Amino acid sequence: MTNQAANQGIGQAVRRKEDFRFLTGQGHYTDDINRPGQLYAAFLRSPHAFAKIKSIDTTAASKKPGVVAIYTGKDVAADKVGGLICGWTVKDKKGEPHKAPRHDIIAVEYVRHVGDQVAVVIADTVAHAKDAVEAIQVDYEVLKPVVDVREAVKPGAPQVHPDVPGNLCYDWEFGDKAATEKAFASAAHITKLELVNNRLSPNPMEPRSAIGEYDPGTDTTTVYTTSQNPHVLRLILCAFVFGLPEHKVRVIAPDVGGGFGSKIFNYPEETVCVWAARKLKKPIKWTSDRTEAFLTDAHGRDHVTHAELALDKDGKFLGLRVDTMANMGAYLSTFASAVPTYLYALLLAGQYTTPAIYAEVKAIFTNTTPVDAYRGAGRPEATYVVERLVEAAAREMNIDPAEIRRRNFIPPTAFPYQTPVACVYDSGNYAKALDEACRLADYANFPKRKAEAARKGKLRGIGLCAYIEACGLAPSSVVGSLGAGVGLWESAQIRFNATGTVFVYTGAHSHGQGHETTFAQIVSDKLGVPLENIEVVHGDTAQVPMGMGTYGSRSLAVGGSAIVRAADKIIEKGKKIAAHLMEASVDDVTYDKGVFSIKGTDKQVPMAQVAFTAYVPHNYPPDLEPGLEASAFYDPSNFTFPAGVHIAEVEIDSDTGVTTIVNWVAVDDFGKVINPMIVEGQVHGGIAQGIGQALLEGVVYDQESGQLLTASFLDYCMPRADNLPSYKIGMIETPCPHNPLGVKGCGEAGAIAAPAALMNAITDALGTEKIDMPATPLKVWQVIQSHNFAAAAE
Amino acid sequence: MYAFNYHRPSSLDDAAKLLSSASDGKFLAGGQTLLPTLKQRLASPSDVIDLTGIPQLSGITVSGSAVTIGATTRHAAVAASAEVKKAIPALAKLASGIGDPQVRNMGTLGGSIANNDPAADYPAAVLGLCATVHTNKRTIAADDFFTGMFETALEEGEIVTKVEFPIPKRAGYVKFPNPASRYVMVGAFVAETADGIRVAINGAGPCVFRHTEMEAALAKNFSPDALKGIRTDPAGMNNDIHASAEYRAHLVGVMARRAVEAALG
Repeated sequence: MTNQAANQGIGQAVRRKEDFRFLTGQGHYTDDINRPGQLYAAFLRSPHAFAKIKSIDTTAASKKPGVVAIYTGKDVAADKVGGLICGWTVKDKKGEPHKAPRHDIIAVEYVRHVGDQVAVVIADTVAHAKDAVEAIQVDYEVLKPVVDVREAVKPGAPQVHPDVPGNLCYDWEFGDKAATEKAFASAAHITKLELVNNRLSPNPMEPRSAIGEYDPGTDTTTVYTTSQNPHVLRLILCAFVFGLPEHKVRVIAPDVGGGFGSKIFNYPEETVCVWAARKLKKPIKWTSDRTEAFLTDAHGRDHVTHAELALDKDGKFLGLRVDTMANMGAYLSTFASAVPTYLYALLLAGQYTTPAIYAEVKAIFTNTTPVDAYRGAGRPEATYVVERLVEAAAREMNIDPAEIRRRNFIPPTAFPYQTPVACVYDSGNYAKALDEACRLADYANFPKRKAEAARKGKLRGIGLCAYIEACGLAPSSVVGSLGAGVGLWESAQIRFNATGTVFVYTGAHSHGQGHETTFAQIVSDKLGVPLENIEVVHGDTAQVPMGMGTYGSRSLAVGGSAIVRAADKIIEKGKKIAAHLMEASVDDVTYDKGVFSIKGTDKQVPMAQVAFTAYVPHNYPPDLEPGLEASAFYDPSNFTFPAGVHIAEVEIDSDTGVTTIVNWVAVDDFGKVINPMIVEGQVHGGIAQGIGQALLEGVVYDQESGQLLTASFLDYCMPRADNLPSYKIGMIETPCPHNPLGVKGCGEAGAIAAPAALMNAITDALGTEKIDMPATPLKVWQVIQSHNFAAAAE
Repeated sequence: MYAFNYHRPSSLDDAAKLLSSASDGKFLAGGQTLLPTLKQRLASPSDVIDLTGIPQLSGITVSGSAVTIGATTRHAAVAASAEVKKAIPALAKLASGIGDPQVRNMGTLGGSIANNDPAADYPAAVLGLCATVHTNKRTIAADDFFTGMFETALEEGEIVTKVEFPIPKRAGYVKFPNPASRYVMVGAFVAETADGIRVAINGAGPCVFRHTEMEAALAKNFSPDALKGIRTDPAGMNNDIHASAEYRAHLVGVMARRAVEAALG
């Protein structure tokens, strides 16, 4: 390895290559892009949660300055544009496919949530487009909406879609019902909880944006958009929405300022931009404002769950049963169906040996913004159910919450471990993580701190969460058998230039994760090339041959593995070139960190010389092709299963209900770590989002009108720096046995672990399980009032 | 944002004339409420008249008995003023906690009290300190200035020029911020002034108000304990997703006690 590359490889906390352009304002986001002759789209959005469109009058609006065109749902329908699709078909208890009602890119007859698209204005400026939007007259027949799943399933509830009786998208089950019932029948103790997993708004810093452009000369459509998975978007737009050939559509997702899942999906607005651009033969740009983001970015979570844990007299888990209603919103978003099913129920074993598990999930349509994957996607919901139950059971049975977990952990010797809910856990050491977390949290001395806090009139609590997640999505054959419409491999291409610099093309997409650094570190490590000589290219279907994108903490485990495979191919070819240069047999060539050598000699050829020779092949093996590049696809053989333990400690001011997080410990097992600094950053960000869910954030709809009450940051409470503690981060490492890097994925862990840990701490402090997220000062105070703590504190 | 005519007069007379000649004119001070409203297309004034170009509206003067702050003085200037910190530390502290640094570097005292947002900070200081509001036409006592939610005694075209805060014997301000917006959800400004004890409560109701029961209790015994047992009626308190009327009424007591503690140092 060259000296420059020595401290840049796997395991090094290298500073992020991409940060210079981000921190100096030189990032290149979709809204920064402007195309010649570009026009602007603005949408008229429904002010009603549910209404029939009786008529739309665009006469006055079309006379407004700068207006080029106004389109309604009827115009789109006349062009026979397909509706938006759901890419994962879930089959219900009877084996019937889920109900996926038509999702028009502009509403035709009904609007089904506040913010639904009613019309689009195309104009020469954004201001002119918005002026004209305000001049469109719509006659609505306002209908009574339903926003809460508990109301939506009642007889006589408003019907969101005429072809979905009872608003039931599917009634699904998983696990062994009979075995679970048997386990409960034999239980010494049963713990029961009613849990609400609050609806969240993703709020990436960069709002969604898109430009549709059509070149009649080449019959090529280009889409610039804020996407986490440009190739998948191309596939959906081509194969399902427009019926266009994939080779005539290019999707570019340039720098993207955060996604958290919300930019996985195919949305109406980008689709309208493409459709209108092809119609008008002009580039058309739309950029969401923050209000539109609140109204239309796919929300996350929104579960109502009844859960029960059966235990024997010693606190061993015998069975778990879960009954969940999941709010799908008004339409079935791109991967919405999979989130409360395969990404949820399959994780209900947690870190434990619970032998019998049964889950029922009803997915329900309501007059709300569609719900889909949001950082963690199903796994935070599963972890929340399991870890709230475990903690509550420990309290009820008077067993220490750490001890009850130890009694039920899957032991390190049991891997690979087959759970009763389909997963085969790859590796782990759960007790080790718990021990380390308890040490960092000074768990043993918590009672002293609680007593000290009580002397100051404060309520102190501690909460644990031992989470597991399934990441590295995932074996194509497995997800296919579960209803996925796509494969979940990843591709990579490594291309040397003659001067020894390298392009790495990845189908993963970086929107904050630091792939340009982490992936370059892998290549640097494998091929001995200094980091600054490696360019990671992503986010353009015309440059990157194929890809499946970034979500489900998959980029490193799947995309990184593809890069390793491509690097191996480079090395194999390099050996042939090196053997020729050193006049030796290829079988005698060894390779280590950028240097080819001959066993037992001092003959050496560096990678750079091999690359140069490959492109200037004057002295070259006669049967070998010139050039040094390799492509690889990687389809994993299993999910990866990152796991860990978080411990939260809080103090509650009983006068005000304010919860202060006084300590936070996270001990995670992500397998091998490529860049510890980036991993730690991901952990910090994930915990911040998890704390946001537990303490601060929550989408609120008015139950009567269906209006979104949290439509701005004035009312939707995002975590701020002063809401967050300093974190004590620990790592343990059990490498993933089935991918070449031994990596598991780290992007979602914090958001999965944090809510349960924090709520367990708050319920410990309050002495009751009856409080739902977000545990705002108001709710905490109300609980304190009902327990009459206030009098004690005065 | 809709199009409008922008003016930046250099005298009060010119500002008043511009407003009276406009079909629907609006004064602009720090713009911390008006500009977001314009950006969201929730207002469409014909003319926006920027008052920050009028020199005599800005500045802080401190005498032996009063702190006088010009209407377009930025919150950050008040927060950073050594003289204000010395004369009325509670006022400097209040200014230092308004919004965030961006807001404090743009927002103004005059804009805040003329807007009279129930969740604004400054009205509590004006009422709690028994300040006098000076306008281009007259002076208005604090007790007469704040008349209702977003309503004041200001007449059409009347411009706040400065506010004169009598220096109290002691004062304290504590607020409970709305978790999301960080505006005041419940605040209490408690002062021992030449006119007696004053307790001004902001954020809790539609308009800043004096809590006379607390004032009477503190007049007898200026200590947090004096407020124990005083219940604030939830009727008339604001009620939203962040705080019920009952919770706000409860917080009035907590914030007032803490404000007394702050006043006592």
